Amino acid sequence: MEIKDLYREIVNEHNLHPAHRGDMEAPTLVLQGVNPSCGDDISLQLKLDENDIVTDGLFNGTGCAVSQASADMMLDLIIGKSRSEALELAEGFMGMVRSTATPEQIEALDESAALESISHMPARVKCATLGWKTMQKMLNGEAGQVSTEGE
Amino acid sequence: MDVMKIREDFPILRDGKVIYFDNAATAQRPVQVLDAIENFYRTTNANPLRGLYAWSVGATEAYEAARHRVARFLNAAEDAEIIFVRNTTEAINLVAYSYALSELSAGDEIVLSVMEHHSNLLPWQMVAQAKGAVLRFLEPGPDGHVTEEMLTEAIGEKTRIVALTQVSNVLGVATPLKRAAELIHERGGVLLADGAQGLPHVRTDVRELGVDFYAFSGHKLPGPMGIGALYARRELLEKMPPFLRGGEMIEYVKRDSATYAELPHKFEAGTVNAADAVGLAAAIDYVDALGYEAMGTQEDRLVGILMEGMRKIPHVHLYGPEDPAEHHGIVTFNIDGCHPHDISSVLDEEGIAIRAGHHCAQPLMEHLQEKCGMEFRATARASVAFYNTEEEAVRFTEALAKVRRWLGFGD
Repeated sequence: MEIKDLYREIVNEHNLHPAHRGDMEAPTLVLQGVNPSCGDDISLQLKLDENDIVTDGLFNGTGCAVSQASADMMLDLIIGKSRSEALELAEGFMGMVRSTATPEQIEALDESAALESISHMPARVKCATLGWKTMQKMLNGEAGQVSTEGE
Repeated sequence: MDVMKIREDFPILRDGKVIYFDNAATAQRPVQVLDAIENFYRTTNANPLRGLYAWSVGATEAYEAARHRVARFLNAAEDAEIIFVRNTTEAINLVAYSYALSELSAGDEIVLSVMEHHSNLLPWQMVAQAKGAVLRFLEPGPDGHVTEEMLTEAIGEKTRIVALTQVSNVLGVATPLKRAAELIHERGGVLLADGAQGLPHVRTDVRELGVDFYAFSGHKLPGPMGIGALYARRELLEKMPPFLRGGEMIEYVKRDSATYAELPHKFEAGTVNAADAVGLAAAIDYVDALGYEAMGTQEDRLVGILMEGMRKIPHVHLYGPEDPAEHHGIVTFNIDGCHPHDISSVLDEEGIAIRAGHHCAQPLMEHLQEKCGMEFRATARASVAFYNTEEEAVRFTEALAKVRRWLGFGD
């Protein structure tokens, strides 16, 4: 997809009118993710129930449209999924931007799969992966700040 | 100056498909430079300074002729005051490690501007940490003007080094190097000028300016990547220890000790980058043949078109001085609601190459954010060169007017 089409069809909507932007009360997990070189900075907040299902998720922060839209689309996808399903999706997304994902993995990413074309721009990959990396780290039980520098 | 004719010299520009406005990051190279490098490898190549045969002698002569060319260009007192390095960053590190670590003590002060590229900041942070020295910053307003008052206030009895960029890589503005040199010399300290962004636009006479160290890269000039030079006064180089140690920088080597070669070789350990030094000399010839005045006239004209056009676009904010002639080819800007990386991505699809981000000047981004209330800690930067055209500048402003729409805004 041409990049302007990608913005017009998907990124702009999620960036300017995100469904999952905000701060929640009493989240189960909170983690900050940053791209120091771009200034992208998001705080990801998830609520998990006793069955390890992601019942709610919000993000907040600032950054480029790709980083913000990607986080919003990710939350669209993982809310309602179990911890292990969310981690599988994250693996698929990481594989997609490295061009190693299977067609099934990409299909499972639903709208987020639109960001595949951005993976041809190495400088933008870390924007697209910021939310996913942060979520991966949270659900793997790792604490601390996530940085995608060095990707 | 006939720009269309000049463009013929630049193979990468010939098809006209890309509007290359990232010249402040690296310039494009004319065939004269490309040919000089290729010609060295085709006809003159051997390891310089070592062999006792004709080819090596020829390579040495070509390398030393390049040094002579740089020395004349900067008006150094002698060729031995020119040390070839990879780039500006290496030149500044050389001074920090070799000069500053030897000369500074706890409590000494190093004066920098908040506009410095990271390459003229991190080496001084290292020195400050190692020696207990203190960094003091000149803090100009959003126009980037460093004033006499700022200099006299910052440069004091304890100041040993002033490290100042010649031209800001973000705001395009020049600094008062000559005055800074006078003030630090009154205190018995030295001035290092970072010429990476200055030398491509400003004729520079190191002795007239009174700088003690002057660092620049070839690749913005438009010479090759991987070659640059440090100018330093002989007296300083004589007392500085070597930066890197190894081949071809020695007199005698015993098992446990060594004595070092004469200047400039004391600072050029290992096989040197002779081919790119020859390419750099060709770039200097090219710049001299065109003349700074002609290049500057074209660059100022383009910056004028850009700034005038951009000021008319709603939501666009320009940084740096009001006067296009003070910008040295650089126009840094932001657009409300649009992250610079997104601006760059959509312009790329229009065949327009600009820089976006923090420009290796994060403290300046933070400073500008405080002074101007920037939305993101980043900016977009269009930077022109003498081979860019008026038509490209107009096309750029036309594209820029559409960016907000492309990024989903109604206007």
